[in-house]
Amino acid sequence: MANTESWGSRVGLILAMAGNAVGLGNFLRFPVQAIQNGGGAFIIPYLVCFLLMGIPLLWVEWSMGRFGGRKGNHSTPFILHEMDPKRALWKYIGVFGIFTNIAVAAYYCYLESWTLSYLWHSIAGTFNGQTADQVAGFFGNYVDINTSTTGIPFEPIVFWLICLLLNTWILAKGLSGGVEKVAKVGMPLLILFGIFLAIMAVTLKSGDHGAVNDGTVGLNFLWTPDYSSIWTAKVWLAAAGQIFFTLSVGMGSIQCYASYVKKKDDIALNAMSAGWMNEFVEVVLGASIIIPISIGYLGIDRVVEMTQSGGLGLGFKTLPYLFTQWGPTLAMIAGVCWFGLLFFAGITSSLAMGTPVMGFLKDEFGWKHKNAAWFFGLIILVLGLPCVLYFKEGVFDEYDYWAGTVGLVVFALFEIILFAWVFGMDKGWKEINAGADIKVPTIFRFIIKYVTPLFIGGVFVASLPGIWEKITATGLPWQVHAARVLLLLMFATTCWFVRVAYMKRKANLKNWTK
Amino acid sequence: MNSSALTLMVFAMGTVTLLTGYFFYRVLTAKPKPEPDSYTDDDED
Repeated sequence: MANTESWGSRVGLILAMAGNAVGLGNFLRFPVQAIQNGGGAFIIPYLVCFLLMGIPLLWVEWSMGRFGGRKGNHSTPFILHEMDPKRALWKYIGVFGIFTNIAVAAYYCYLESWTLSYLWHSIAGTFNGQTADQVAGFFGNYVDINTSTTGIPFEPIVFWLICLLLNTWILAKGLSGGVEKVAKVGMPLLILFGIFLAIMAVTLKSGDHGAVNDGTVGLNFLWTPDYSSIWTAKVWLAAAGQIFFTLSVGMGSIQCYASYVKKKDDIALNAMSAGWMNEFVEVVLGASIIIPISIGYLGIDRVVEMTQSGGLGLGFKTLPYLFTQWGPTLAMIAGVCWFGLLFFAGITSSLAMGTPVMGFLKDEFGWKHKNAAWFFGLIILVLGLPCVLYFKEGVFDEYDYWAGTVGLVVFALFEIILFAWVFGMDKGWKEINAGADIKVPTIFRFIIKYVTPLFIGGVFVASLPGIWEKITATGLPWQVHAARVLLLLMFATTCWFVRVAYMKRKANLKNWTK
Repeated sequence: MNSSALTLMVFAMGTVTLLTGYFFYRVLTAKPKPEPDSYTDDDED
């Protein structure tokens, strides 16, 4: 059965691609990274990394996707194989583009389900009248399977299953009938909610509703530059890491979405539009919500201390309490906007993680669309359950580290080498410019060939000590070891599926030439 | 806000907003490409 899906409209494709990139990290990770890495000065290495690594990778992945789609390939194993058919290695490197999506979706759906649950609790007014400690403690109780915060038994599992079913159901509706429709509704709502919360945050006045600082104090703290920091390697690594996470490059989902673009359609302008839309959400909205509100109520020292453990704590343990300071009605509206925007940011990304797996099953094994979607849901159910059951033991973080951090860098490094050096820049540049609605600056030909591979190689080398530390760490709970075995099994199984698909292709070709 | 923070914030947010708006405007105003109308057009390169 031929995989004949396509996007309904160009705007729909761009919103879906932007939705793929925009995730919870835009609101929770970026501002924390900025605070920890030189304040406002962080924007300089961040934008340089976006120009030298992010934009080139976007163009490379979009053009790889369209190239593969033209030949009927909608997942990275055979997109990469098509770019260098003589070497068997590439299709197994392409496994990263399926494996990473499955592993990240397995924990990301759980994260997404928290936003759904907190959305419900915001509407139900659960946090009204609670102290700061009670709201913070609510999160710990929520992720504890044995404690119910609402009376619903196994509450985190229930919300997780709802979330998983919703994702699978939307995926089963198809690209234009499901994913694109969600992006067309979700992305504008996300931006609207973000603008509302940013206005509330920036106009916060000291003395109003118990605030101790103006909202602008938080902005001032976040944007005050420490220029000495930009000469340190740590800050550049943090900036490069943030660009990876925020753009969803090195995952294989961009290639998959782009593989459904028609062969003469533009990709150069589309990639820019989706990429910069993500930057708008991150730099303009992401920087203007969580830090100004938190510093407005808690002061700079307390917030700096809290950001040491990342942005999740601020987003889920602190913000719901701070919203209640605005009175029940406004607290409910702010809660719906905050967790609603996080939910839309999450679901538009997790849907993108489902499509490469489905594309692979449809292309190689002739699966029907709906069956492929429900099979993806089943894999996420099996692989995600340990994240839910053993969240506190570190299974969630383990998936995030190996698939959502290391996997992205490794795959991006291989794909840029393949594109620039094996496929070749002459063909690659032609691919990027084919049907382009903008003129791609010629300097990017040089950047893609030399600068971007060096940049990604540098990030990879710099991450090696951390990887070694993780591998050699002792005293880890058995659940973490089991999670690693599960991830390895997942990778090996996907390699086996790719091998079977390749043999099937060879047999078909032989029969056809007889 | 101090002037260096304000300058950096306005510069960063302004640049990002302008470029986002510019590229999205270009998408909205781009002429649609004609569908392939012959076997030659539809052939692989």
